[in-house]
Amino acid sequence: MASDKKYWKSVEELTNSSFVETLSKNEFVQEIPTDTFLGDKETLANSSTSRRDFLKYVGFTTAAATLAACEGPVKKSIPYVVKPNDIIAGVADWYATSMADGFDFANILVKTREGRPIQIMPNKDANGTTSARVQAAVLSLYDEKLRLKNPTKAGEKISWTDADKEIGAALNTLKEANTPVVLLTGTLASPSTERIIQEFIVAYPNVTHVIYDAISESAAADAMLAMYGKRALPKYHLDKASVIVSFGADFLGDFHGGFEKQYVAGRKPETGSMSYHVQFESNMSLTGANADKRIVTKPSDQIFGLINLFNEITGSNVPSKATPVDAQVKQMAAALKKAGSKGVVMTGINDKNAQLVALAINKALNSEIVDVNNTLNIRQGNETDVNLLVKDMNAGKIGGLLSYNVNPLYSLPNASEFANGLKKVSLTVALSTENNETVNASNYVLPTSHFLESWGDTQFDEVTYGLMQPTIQPLFSTRQLQDTLLGWSGNSTKYYDYLKAFASTTILNGGSWNTALHNGFFTREIVTTTIASEISVSDAAMQLSNAAQKASGFELQLYIKTGLGDGKQANNPWLQEFPDPITRVSWDNYLTMSMADAKQLGFTNPVKDNGAIDGDYAKVTVNGKEVTVPVMIQPGQAKGSVGLSLGFGRAFGLKEEMQVGVNAYPLYGNANNIQFGVQIEKVSGTHQFACTQVQKTIAGRHDILKVASLKEYKTVEPKDHHHGWNKPSYVSYDHKEVEANTIDLWDEHNRELGHHFNLSIDLTSCTGCGACVVACHAENNVPVVGKREVRVGRDMHWLRIDRYYSSEVETREDAKELGLSRGEMYKGLETEAENPEVTFQPMMCQHCNHAPCETVCPVAATTHGRQGQNQMTYNRCVGTRYCANNCPYRVRRFNWFNYANNNEFDFNMNNEYGKMVLNPDVVVRSRGVMEKCSMCIQMTQATILKAKKEGRSVNTDEFETACSSACTTGALVFGDVNNKQDKVAALAKDKRAYNVLDYLQTKPNVIYQVKIKNTNEA
Amino acid sequence: MSHYEASIREPLILGDKTYHDITEDIAKPIEGKANKNWYMAFYISLAAMLWGFGCIFYTVGTGIGVWGLSKNIGWAWDITNFVWWVGIGHAGTLISAVLLLFRQKWRMAINRSAEAMTIFAVFQAGLFPIIHMGRPWNAFWVLPIPNQFGSLWVNFNSPLLWDVFAISTYLSVSLVFWWTGLLPDFAMIRDRAVKPFQKKIYSLLSFGWSGRAKDWQRFEEVSLVLAGLATPLVLSVHTIVSMDFATSINPGWHSTIFPPYFVAGAIFSGFAMVQTLLGIMRKVTNMEEYITRLHVEYMNIVIILTGGIVAVAYATEFFIAWYTGSPYEYYTYLSVGAATGPYAWAFYSLLLFNIAIPQLLWFKKIRRSFIASFIISIAINIGMWFERFDIIAIVLSKGHLPSTWWRFEPTFVDVGIFIGTIGFFFVLFLLYARTFPVIAQAEVKTILKSSGEFYKKRSEQGIPTKPAIVVLDIEKKSDKSDKKDKE
Repeated sequence: MASDKKYWKSVEELTNSSFVETLSKNEFVQEIPTDTFLGDKETLANSSTSRRDFLKYVGFTTAAATLAACEGPVKKSIPYVVKPNDIIAGVADWYATSMADGFDFANILVKTREGRPIQIMPNKDANGTTSARVQAAVLSLYDEKLRLKNPTKAGEKISWTDADKEIGAALNTLKEANTPVVLLTGTLASPSTERIIQEFIVAYPNVTHVIYDAISESAAADAMLAMYGKRALPKYHLDKASVIVSFGADFLGDFHGGFEKQYVAGRKPETGSMSYHVQFESNMSLTGANADKRIVTKPSDQIFGLINLFNEITGSNVPSKATPVDAQVKQMAAALKKAGSKGVVMTGINDKNAQLVALAINKALNSEIVDVNNTLNIRQGNETDVNLLVKDMNAGKIGGLLSYNVNPLYSLPNASEFANGLKKVSLTVALSTENNETVNASNYVLPTSHFLESWGDTQFDEVTYGLMQPTIQPLFSTRQLQDTLLGWSGNSTKYYDYLKAFASTTILNGGSWNTALHNGFFTREIVTTTIASEISVSDAAMQLSNAAQKASGFELQLYIKTGLGDGKQANNPWLQEFPDPITRVSWDNYLTMSMADAKQLGFTNPVKDNGAIDGDYAKVTVNGKEVTVPVMIQPGQAKGSVGLSLGFGRAFGLKEEMQVGVNAYPLYGNANNIQFGVQIEKVSGTHQFACTQVQKTIAGRHDILKVASLKEYKTVEPKDHHHGWNKPSYVSYDHKEVEANTIDLWDEHNRELGHHFNLSIDLTSCTGCGACVVACHAENNVPVVGKREVRVGRDMHWLRIDRYYSSEVETREDAKELGLSRGEMYKGLETEAENPEVTFQPMMCQHCNHAPCETVCPVAATTHGRQGQNQMTYNRCVGTRYCANNCPYRVRRFNWFNYANNNEFDFNMNNEYGKMVLNPDVVVRSRGVMEKCSMCIQMTQATILKAKKEGRSVNTDEFETACSSACTTGALVFGDVNNKQDKVAALAKDKRAYNVLDYLQTKPNVIYQVKIKNTNEA
Repeated sequence: MSHYEASIREPLILGDKTYHDITEDIAKPIEGKANKNWYMAFYISLAAMLWGFGCIFYTVGTGIGVWGLSKNIGWAWDITNFVWWVGIGHAGTLISAVLLLFRQKWRMAINRSAEAMTIFAVFQAGLFPIIHMGRPWNAFWVLPIPNQFGSLWVNFNSPLLWDVFAISTYLSVSLVFWWTGLLPDFAMIRDRAVKPFQKKIYSLLSFGWSGRAKDWQRFEEVSLVLAGLATPLVLSVHTIVSMDFATSINPGWHSTIFPPYFVAGAIFSGFAMVQTLLGIMRKVTNMEEYITRLHVEYMNIVIILTGGIVAVAYATEFFIAWYTGSPYEYYTYLSVGAATGPYAWAFYSLLLFNIAIPQLLWFKKIRRSFIASFIISIAINIGMWFERFDIIAIVLSKGHLPSTWWRFEPTFVDVGIFIGTIGFFFVLFLLYARTFPVIAQAEVKTILKSSGEFYKKRSEQGIPTKPAIVVLDIEKKSDKSDKKDKE
């Protein structure tokens, strides 16, 4: 029922007085008497603001303006107008894709947050592995300094249409004149791209495709071609091997892709048998460091040793030379014969004859380990073609050069010849993701997309067909090579459609494109089997022997480092800061030299007062080419040999901080990693190294690092009082010797409730590759501090891999037996052996249940979590550093400066692109606070929340940390010990399990597994 | 107040002083003009202080990275300086409180300056825990004050927190004790002041001291109570400082002998610093007749006693390191590293300055020589600095894991801040010497008749010392009659 009540506000309104009407018309009855004040000009002229008043006004306005200015700058974040279907803010999306940058090839998973790729992990379903370089490649995507941003012509910006038109016209002219044009690429390992190139060649018959790898494996591929009729690299199933003999093959490092996963799979002490790995090498490589027995052999002796082994095994009689390692070679011949098809011989000498000899030995052994059918396609470079190209260019025969992501002006030993030749080429087009010397020397520059912005496919070996999909819109005005070539060939199809059609018709065999794309790979069947042709290897061996007879002077072995590889990612601060696993030097390359040679030539590595290491310079002359490099004395380096890593010394376009090291490519003559007749001369000057570890040995502290032999492992009780290989620490309690972990100052908390995290680190499986170090960098926004700061011991790595060399005197008991005085004993314990055994020990916050850091913090900024994690509250930290001093593991890292938004530290956290890689789940720390490994608490919490949302308990082995998921070999296992099915629960109780420094009773949640070496079998 | 003292005891006040002479002597530096030497010393100290403040601002503005520290060595000069200054600050309270309770009259000539030194040294010491923080602007978080940050509270397990309490308690008690002693002396200056401003200031400082018997009675009582309160502090402060190290788990720090050893070391270094300062002051302010050879000798005896304790503590540490059988302990103390390693020079400096050189004080001649004592006191100051540096830097440079062995090299900022605190200390001390009565004249006057040279001679000659009532009488007499009395 409608109400007819009348509401009134005043009696006047009720009585409908005219006053109300007047009011409603004129709401502001009183006029503002401006005239009174301003109308009277005379008063106004006479009135004056007194000085007092003026000062008051000035004071007030200044104060008001100051206060108003106090508000911090507002940064606006722009929300999605339309939410993309598959992006939920705060939830990571993972895409399966592939990495192929011409040097590193991997099946990977990419983590994206809000449309930005922030981390790369191995695609374990595709048997993918990631190295430090692959992990770090995500940062190269955001390299605003080096990446090309738009097409240019002679340095001037040009539109894509104009560029296409002009280059198309030029190509047509060259085609009509039938002048040769060369498409120079690195190894593509991409079937669809190869097809596109073929089509391009059909359209332009004057085009030839030359493949050039900066780090050449030409010899191995050529040897395979000669023997098996297939130009590819053999695969090695090292998991099945019982004897592995390697002559300088760094198969865990740079020997065409990592074999660490299979290698470690064949070395599990639990199974009762481990492969026996003997390494004959000159440089101390990652592989040599992991070998059961490392025999120091200079390169020429490696060659003769290989020939001697060939003679022993095949019964041939190729003339060779006696070497100091003949006895060991004989032993190995016997061991290989005994192992038969389970034995394998590998060599890293980039010489076709040497590779042939190795293949022949394996063939003679009937080795199952070498796989010549499922071969690797990741090094297709052909030295002969490249040399021909340089010759033709200089002869003026080449009309056009289209280069794609290669930098011969930096990485060719005869770069100057190439440069001269390039000047004679009329059409030079560089298709490149990053700026470099070759790009700079080209007329047209067409930026190509980063692999994380690209479509593509890969075929690293015969069975795994990988797919590549973009994980982000191209950051700059870039276009893929494939689209460019399709366009030039007159094909208007987009590469995506082309790829989809290509894969569906030729590869997937009726399988779903979407499934393959989702998985990132598709498993194919091997179509061809290769049959060995009968060729005379004796001739090859003879040639090899003759060539090695000429060896004189120092012998130089060129190698690549785990961090920088061939130098493609030289502008990547994560990789520059990554310490070399062996020398633990970052930001540098250097000449490695044996202790004996260094002593003779007068080279030293003094430790300075600030803890840093210095080095002397050496002038190295190879075939008339000179470079001056600092010397690093390397235990285990063969006397008479030196090592030098490639991939450093790039300067063009790089940030100043990254222009470190010396370019060794000029010494890489004939792409041979071994150079004879090297002269070394000490020159003046002192080099400042940035080395993260100064003390090289464990100094007899065997409760930190435990190593045992397989025989001991199998036969001796681990806790045996005399010979035990995993003895716990004993302490005196009530006048009785008891195991340290049986007594406690405190009443234990109940740790059975909820989750309790443990991390197990198997020292047997850890090869020291360092993928975890970079994974941790990416996951936890660990800052890069630069060479100067690393040098003075301020690297920020939450996870480091300590490397220990064995010493001549290993224990105090040894010293006693030798009758050494105390001084001699300590000197013996602290001095590394000439040819030491090497052990790697990943070290991060141990998350002690009785954490020494927690009790000393005055403000309780570091405390213990219910799930076993030692937690660091950055906001609360005042930065006394007491916690770091009281940490026996020294894993706490202090923010000495502001590392973000600071021009003094001009790395990825100082520019808008580089910051895109930051993990939004982890805060960027400000200066003055302590930080350290959190056991990836953001990941464990995410896992718990996910399970909670899905209404289930957390699955077995569902918990992961960045390091454990990056670990290829499974050395790092993370999990919940309260879930008895979790792998880590069993590992925590394993007879190999121990805690570092258990005598302190810190009760860490990080467990180490004793390193077992197969040193007893021969 | 007066008491009998055998005439064969050496006098504590030389010359034939009257009460008025004492007043004059002690008021002179305050009422007179400063000489050139004072200005020179002051400007040098001021320059050093400003340089140090510059370094501190640079550190706070840029980050602790401007020091020479690293991931493995989180403390070096900062905490070395902190402990060194706190140690120096120990003599003051010992002299004024413990010696008061033990009725050692010789303390009266030196307690004022020793306490001033204590307070100024504690200022310097207190600087370091604050500026060594990564975020010193949050330093107040170490105080247990109710806050709105959530349920945040300090960690009572942390020795650093105990430090906060220990140092602040020590500073406040020392300050109150010092001030109480100053009241009658400030009143004396006030009464003599002719400039109105000066009079006003000293009136404020003397808290209206009137010199009535009640004032004196309360003064005596408060002094005794404060002495009782301060005595445990002498032991507690450095005990707690030592716990920063002793409660940690680093071999070389983790040592139960640290508390007594640190306390002895602190008194050792504190007396050395008093010796150094008084050696200069007695010359500069003409206090030679009040600070005598006997005072120097007594202080040297304390030095050799506490130095002996320190030496025994060193030996005990080495013995225990061997006796425990812990390879880590053994390594820290008995490896040849300390003696031949990169810090061997610091190790030998310690042995030389702290153990070898002080042994010279066994010789009476040296013990009673002003110049020798001065030189030895400086050696001890250096030695005690090295002791703390050795404890901190050598231990941290060789931690548990050999991979973390590192070295420390100071930067110009480290050095600058240390020099700055020395400058700051001397600026304060020089200002003090010009504005405060540097000797507790009221107390010294109480022993004039018993320990003054003039009266001792008189008693030797058989002239009896006047009874106390007459002493008060003399004090009330005018200058003229005083002089006549002396004649």
